[in-house]
Amino acid sequence: MALKRIIPCLLYDGNGLVKTVKFKNPSYIGDPINAIKIYNDKEVDELILIDINATKQKRRPNFDRIADMAGEAFMPFAYGGGVKTFDDFAKLYTLGVEKVVVNSLIQENPEVIKKVVAHYGAQAVVACIDFRKPLFGSKSPYSYAGHKIKYNLLDYARYLATDLGVGELMLYSVDQDGTWEGYDYEVTGQILNHVDIPVIACGGCGSMTDLKKILYDTNANAAAIGSMAVYSKKGMGVLINFPDRNNVIIEN
Amino acid sequence: MIVIIDYGIGNLASVLNMFRKIGVRDVKISGRAEDIAAATKLLLPGVGAFDAGMSQLEQSGLVPVLNKKVLEEKTPILGICLGMQLLTRRSEEGVKSGLGWIDAETLRFSPDPALKLKVPHMGWDYIHVNRANKLVDTEGPNRFYFVHSYYVKCFDESQSLATSRFGHEFTCMVHKDNIYGAQFHPEKSLKFGMKVLGNFATL
Repeated sequence: MALKRIIPCLLYDGNGLVKTVKFKNPSYIGDPINAIKIYNDKEVDELILIDINATKQKRRPNFDRIADMAGEAFMPFAYGGGVKTFDDFAKLYTLGVEKVVVNSLIQENPEVIKKVVAHYGAQAVVACIDFRKPLFGSKSPYSYAGHKIKYNLLDYARYLATDLGVGELMLYSVDQDGTWEGYDYEVTGQILNHVDIPVIACGGCGSMTDLKKILYDTNANAAAIGSMAVYSKKGMGVLINFPDRNNVIIEN
Repeated sequence: MIVIIDYGIGNLASVLNMFRKIGVRDVKISGRAEDIAAATKLLLPGVGAFDAGMSQLEQSGLVPVLNKKVLEEKTPILGICLGMQLLTRRSEEGVKSGLGWIDAETLRFSPDPALKLKVPHMGWDYIHVNRANKLVDTEGPNRFYFVHSYYVKCFDESQSLATSRFGHEFTCMVHKDNIYGAQFHPEKSLKFGMKVLGNFATL
């Protein structure tokens, strides 16, 4: 019946792992391979690694580096960042990446995403929705790469789930990112009611209580953790970390 | 030598990586009939659609050598995911015949809408092991990563080695003599999968 998942979401800047606050002020965390080795030992359910600058800096995915990372990930491994062409997807799957996370590409070339879904199956593509509350108006999809997104949040989620046919949605709250103040339960809940594909909540997790709340009250299928996966505590030093899943996951 | 069968489908690197991780060195990826003929164990991975997989296997020209190895020489084989489904007689996903080594068919999940289950069955689940065997402990916990929309239904229940649940109980491992199948991905299932691949390597 597919157990709920807790997923470290690692941010990569092209050199090493970093952690942001509200998508800003990246702090250096360390080497990704080393972190992935530790996550194996900690038996994490899945890993997501996002190259946050690839699209902005017009870089292609660093396939050699990703191959090394995938080669150390003995759990499902998702990669996002700078993936543009069908061949990029194909190459990543061959390297041992299970899922590719798309974001800017949704605006740039939705057709290629459809093609990948048709060829590799919906489960191979995760669409990431970054969202935030603008100065005026309600919470909306946000593009870090500076693209225009013409949809409101719910319509965007439905477009991705039905028109593009991706297998999962990752909802990343810019306002909660790195705050340790909890997920955006409201938006996550609304989108869960609006689409019938699995939803990964991301941004803001700071405690076991947050995890239980998003997974069992809001009913998200998976919870991504950022700061909690790389710091010992809020404001404290780097520690590659994973909460004891036995204290969160209810076994069916 | 364990040969991971390359028939142009699926992600072979992950399986090889895990064998290396657990110290199994005598393993290679190959689609050459000579290598398969010389193998002491075979691993049949696979993702994607049943007919596409079966066509690729046929076009690779490997079916005769595989039949000889598995049915006559009794070389141990492990089918993973689609690789396990190809061991059955047929699939609802297509019109082609499977290898038919396991007395079973492959059916599509169609869970009761009231259960609000989303196909594919994707994520981690515990399995229940039906009987003692050399690949997986009957004593759990055995937790594995699954991604699939179709499942295997055994005609001969004795060939169902383990079950899991998705709307209903389904067979997630098959076993008959030297032939094994796992619906889940041991190569992506941490220490639980390492155990299975390690056991297979020492069969």
